[in-house]
Amino acid sequence: MKAVELKNIVKTYSTKKSVVTAVDNVSFSVDEGELFGLIGPDGSGKTSIFRILTTLLLPDSGSAAVLGHDVTQDWKEIRNIVGYMPGRFSLYQDLTVEENLEFFATVFNTTIQENYDLVADIYKQLEPFKTRRAGKLSGGMKQKLALSCALIHKPQMLFLDEPTTGVDPVSRKEFWEMLKRLKAQGISILVSTPYMDEANLCDRIALMQSGKILEIDKPQNIVDRFGKNLYAVRSDNMYKLLNDLRSFPKTESCFAFGDYHHLLLKENGSKAGELESYLISKGHTNLIVAEINPGIEDCFMQLMKK
Amino acid sequence: MTTKEIVIKTDKLTKRFGDFIAVNEISFEVNQGEIFGFLGANGAGKTTAMKMLIGISKPSGGKAEVAGYDVYKQTEQIKKSIGYMSQKFSLYEDLTIKENIQLFGGIYGLSDEQIETKSKNLIDKLNLQSEADKLIVSLPLGWKQKVAFSIAILHEPKIVFLDEPTGGVDPITRRQFWDLIYEAAHSGITVFVTTHYMDEAEYCDRVSIMVDGAITALDSPDNLKAKFGARSMEEVFIKLARSAKRGE
Repeated sequence: MKAVELKNIVKTYSTKKSVVTAVDNVSFSVDEGELFGLIGPDGSGKTSIFRILTTLLLPDSGSAAVLGHDVTQDWKEIRNIVGYMPGRFSLYQDLTVEENLEFFATVFNTTIQENYDLVADIYKQLEPFKTRRAGKLSGGMKQKLALSCALIHKPQMLFLDEPTTGVDPVSRKEFWEMLKRLKAQGISILVSTPYMDEANLCDRIALMQSGKILEIDKPQNIVDRFGKNLYAVRSDNMYKLLNDLRSFPKTESCFAFGDYHHLLLKENGSKAGELESYLISKGHTNLIVAEINPGIEDCFMQLMKK
Repeated sequence: MTTKEIVIKTDKLTKRFGDFIAVNEISFEVNQGEIFGFLGANGAGKTTAMKMLIGISKPSGGKAEVAGYDVYKQTEQIKKSIGYMSQKFSLYEDLTIKENIQLFGGIYGLSDEQIETKSKNLIDKLNLQSEADKLIVSLPLGWKQKVAFSIAILHEPKIVFLDEPTGGVDPITRRQFWDLIYEAAHSGITVFVTTHYMDEAEYCDRVSIMVDGAITALDSPDNLKAKFGARSMEEVFIKLARSAKRGE
């Protein structure tokens, strides 16, 4: 059985003036015990997919199932066995940390004590603040509480819609460590993120853009298929370098990537020498040109252009 | 060498909420035309500090001048000299691109002719000729943010404050956004920016990192990496922010 299976899902939203296709004929599946990532910017259709899978939204067409249960027929069963952390903070702001957790446990006919081992790891960090109202918590803390509440009924499948958006790098790192431990306990996880660097932490990913899937595979396989020579370039004047690289006749594209610029040339093959003399003639100093392996973000940008 | 004009100067700037010290005696200077990255973990005090600098929150102590104006007494002058955009609020969604330009141009006191010229330049530069009369709500997020930034610098402010301007934006648009930032800085506008993307911290001339209300590091990305023996700004950030004691 698949943890999640979508077949040709279409979802449109209509306003008076226009029809927006949020999910455009999307099919993919998540294996049991898998940590699967939907990677894409805002507006790529990730949230609509989550809402369809959690039975909060009906698709226009296509079919979808969660752990063998159909999303339109068996919504009651699905709601009992999944945990969902929506993108927007959706806990009760005027209940305390502890009251929120207790509330969600009660709704699912269980107690905090019964499943404490599952959330202990996360909830321990919240315990010093357990009498604080949820609305008064900071971003990182809200996110930990929301995850605890999504887990307290021991779901078999976890849906996490952009849990790390707007969260600082330290809290993001901790969050992914928590996900790894949950996966180790056998929970299947579908998680979305706009941060490309988080893609490598997933077993498999779907890269999404404007309601469509650009590619689905293991992160490493996607990177291996890049198939072009990619160069990292830096010099003392990065702004001028970017403009000079873009006006180099053999450049296909050039983008800033942290402390280097990433450069794709029109034809494969070693042009590094020619490039270096061009840049030196433009007056660049402390020049570094190195061929590098692409990352998921390079792949995503390449796929976006197709 | 000419000395660069200092456009932001704080001296032990502090904000307390009751017993809680949100911003604890921060002192720093930002030069004209600089891209200054203002980093910190969630809850470190960045937003509170920024609110004081843009003149919408009165400090509890210390001194600060923005564009030469005092943050206690000259907040109206400050507001005229700066631009501001954030991920959360940028433009009026139920107005078109052109209408937003007219509205903000009017608020900043530009003449009708100025608005007309700037409107045309902005639309040409962003290649939005066919979208100019469409409602903002119908634009993809990335375009919205590019328009919002261009409008935030429409009145040619001395400083533009950007609060997580690229959150949720696709990787190509995110870089096009930074092209706009580079260009603005090149034309002499100082850019004061917060972000959670550590690759973007690398694009800044200098970066400050706030931990528990205080600035614990301030230097160019290269110097910070050397100082902390880190390969990337992400490592620098994690080393510093892990020492945070504040329970957020």
